[in-house]
Amino acid sequence: MKLMKSLIAASVAVVGTFAGVNAEDIAVVGGKAHTMGKAGIIDNATILIKDGKITSVTAGGDVPAGYRVVDAKGKNVTPGLMNPVSILGLNEVPSQSDNMDATFKKGKNSMALDVTWALNPDSVRIPIARIEGITRAGTGFYSAYPFSGQGAVIHLNGEDIVTRASSHMVLNVTDRAASSNGGSRAALWHTIMETMDKAHKAVKADKKPADSKGKKKKSKKKSKKAKTAKSAPKKLDANTKALVKVLKGEMLLVVSVHRKADILNVIKLKEKYGIKKMALAGASEAWRVADRLAKADINVIITTINNLPGSFERLGATLANAGRLSKAGVKVMFTGNAAGENIRLMPQQAGIAVANGMDWSEAMKAMTVYPAEAFGIAKSYGTLAAGMDADVVVWDGDPLEVMTSPDAVIIRGDQIKLESRQTKLRDRYQTISANPAFRK
Amino acid sequence: MMSQRRNSAKRIGRFALKPVVAAALLMGTGVATVQADNHDKKPFASSYKRMESQSTLITNVHILDGKGGMMKNAAIGLKDGKIMFVGTSIPKYNFDVTIDGKGRWVTPGIIDVHSHLGVYASPGTGSHSDGNEIGEPVTADAWAEHGVWPQDAGFIAAAAGGITALQILPGSANLIGGRSVTLKNVPGRVQQDMKFPGAPHGVKFACGENPKRVYGRGNNPLSKRPFTRMGNIAGMRQAFADAEHYKAQWAKYKADKKAGKNPLKPRRDLKMDTLAGILDGEILVHNHCYRADDMGNMLDVAKEFGFKIGTFHHAVESYKIADRLKDAGTCSAMWADWGMFKMEAFDSIRENIPFVHKAGACAIVHSDSATGIQRLNQEAAKALADGRKVGVNISKADAWTWLSLNPAKSLGIDKVTGTLEAGKNADIVLWSADPFSVYAVADLTFVDGAVTWDNNDKSKQPVMDFELGMPGEKDGK
Repeated sequence: MKLMKSLIAASVAVVGTFAGVNAEDIAVVGGKAHTMGKAGIIDNATILIKDGKITSVTAGGDVPAGYRVVDAKGKNVTPGLMNPVSILGLNEVPSQSDNMDATFKKGKNSMALDVTWALNPDSVRIPIARIEGITRAGTGFYSAYPFSGQGAVIHLNGEDIVTRASSHMVLNVTDRAASSNGGSRAALWHTIMETMDKAHKAVKADKKPADSKGKKKKSKKKSKKAKTAKSAPKKLDANTKALVKVLKGEMLLVVSVHRKADILNVIKLKEKYGIKKMALAGASEAWRVADRLAKADINVIITTINNLPGSFERLGATLANAGRLSKAGVKVMFTGNAAGENIRLMPQQAGIAVANGMDWSEAMKAMTVYPAEAFGIAKSYGTLAAGMDADVVVWDGDPLEVMTSPDAVIIRGDQIKLESRQTKLRDRYQTISANPAFRK
Repeated sequence: MMSQRRNSAKRIGRFALKPVVAAALLMGTGVATVQADNHDKKPFASSYKRMESQSTLITNVHILDGKGGMMKNAAIGLKDGKIMFVGTSIPKYNFDVTIDGKGRWVTPGIIDVHSHLGVYASPGTGSHSDGNEIGEPVTADAWAEHGVWPQDAGFIAAAAGGITALQILPGSANLIGGRSVTLKNVPGRVQQDMKFPGAPHGVKFACGENPKRVYGRGNNPLSKRPFTRMGNIAGMRQAFADAEHYKAQWAKYKADKKAGKNPLKPRRDLKMDTLAGILDGEILVHNHCYRADDMGNMLDVAKEFGFKIGTFHHAVESYKIADRLKDAGTCSAMWADWGMFKMEAFDSIRENIPFVHKAGACAIVHSDSATGIQRLNQEAAKALADGRKVGVNISKADAWTWLSLNPAKSLGIDKVTGTLEAGKNADIVLWSADPFSVYAVADLTFVDGAVTWDNNDKSKQPVMDFELGMPGEKDGK
């Protein structure tokens, strides 16, 4: 009876989207919790949420007074899912709608551009994605440049949706990038190396004084020179400054690439400049160099379904890509689809990968802890554990199954309404009438 | 992330420009009879020959018969390219092959009414862009089959997804893009080897944004119209007004000749042949159309000129006018949850397919995509689940009509395929598990009783010419 009451409470008195963080204390009770962390899988879990954070995850734990209970009995509970690369919040309709902020024309700046200035928390696409269990997304630009601006990680709720600004930058070395940057891959790579050299020098110059400290005695003149070197980064142009963040490992470098030969060039690039955090995106032929990617600690972001030889750089495309990479020890992530219109389809991509050789648990990590680590938000997101942001999803089945969907979605402690512009259209037309405009 | 920068020609081929029919199967009357009296009425005839096959018995398997029925732990026999029996009592016959189907499922083969395989083949280079004859808004004389490259690896990947037949359509740049072709999903050296024998011709129409963008926005030096939706409908109506005149010319010629006069034979016009074939009900209309109001206008164009729109393709707003579509007897070929990529797709909802089904109208799951075609069963599963969540309770057995029977009706081939019935073509799929699961794969795909895909035996998997000597050859995609 008590359970019944809480169930009703859960379905009726759902908190509003902008109720503000910390609006209420929630207990998600009775589900099979896939914590994605050290605790592994906890049956009959009690997950307590207070002030937007998870305070405890225990097996069969009690619910303190004052907590609203979300019943998860017989259901799977996971962290909210994260789509690593998207254009969420930057666009409503991609074709001919005059509202595209994910692309920019060639001009003075490319790397310097910060996507957070373009983000729209009111995008109708945000509710569409989050009601299917996506609670975080990497979002950013694509352009005709090799390097395209600074992307961010967002959480899919609230007025301030930025989880982490300057989380990643996209470098494109595909056919298309070559054709818009000199017409040959050789010209493209020349530009990339020139750009990298400049940032690399700046990083070295920045380190130099500290490195030489305490070493052999210098003349007054020399130490003065060192001082100049130390202040050099301040004079850097905005683009180089942004790239310096990549070299220092503060930003993930996401490299769009497909062909094996190009992927090997990317590995060389990583080694040459000591780039700390790197992920490939697209990466149709990545399975062909899976061992080398694992060794180089490069992650791979995949759209599983792209298995056709769609171009001469993707001849080796296969549905088995994700499974083969993951078996070789590469950390794989998924993205829902090309244009970012349907990032909510990411779990289906994961399911298809599992049907083609990937382990289920790796596929779940691919949508939670791996993107959390890669995009630098693992301290607050990615697992169900005390101290983490409360992104919690209760699923009515296996999250990777196509007939499964969330019964409850909690983002940073707020249980959101499972409502979007699409569900409103659905409700309006559930029975057909002559004048739907006069209905809800 | 990558393919959004697809080159514009390809874009045209897919969504941007991008799919009750004859009560009786129009066997053998594929081409308009109104045409001249002394030319080949069935050019480019099918040269399809049934592949070698073995008589096959699958036992102990769950069967969806494709017309709303489900049998648990039943059996199905295939012999001489046909379904020999379906049910629980196995006739005495010495089958070449017996398969224990324990835990597995059998369904009719999936039929995709909207594909551009072959006309926008992989690799998608400019040289392979053969699906939009963009020169002018009405190119009813163009036939998709003449652009089909049988070496497109996408055909194999589709077989791995349980596709046994598919319609290849021209793109949707034009108001009337030309004739479609229905293929059996079998390897062939020329497209005629794949052509579905007896399948009627179809034709591709397009509503809405694509024609007006391709022509009116200065994108095409040859034609500035249509510029608007007004121009779209005007262009459609003028085409059929011209076709009425063409028909009248031929009728007069035939009457005069019969009366013993010596009339001048009218000039044969290939565009008009197609349009006249539509007016005569011999060419089935497939109309790319998203918005409810666009569909409403097209239904009235059809009414005005006395033809029928067999199927609206994409039809993301069919749920708004499902009652009218039911009355018109027009099918809707839809995606489960793909949408919002342009304004006319903005009102897509996940429940479109179940809502159309619920209204008693004809619902079809289609792909319009070389990747989507590989898992239409999953698309049906999503639509089914979304419907159930809002109280539209449809069985899996009924949902399968979206994948086989209704598409077969839309293409005019339902008398010979689309359901599991004794005597029908042995176009079937043996699934590794419940095909409404993301984990199910097609273990075996049969076309006319011959195996076109064997998931567990790489040596039997087809490899296209293009793939030879390339990375990933024989990788099975």
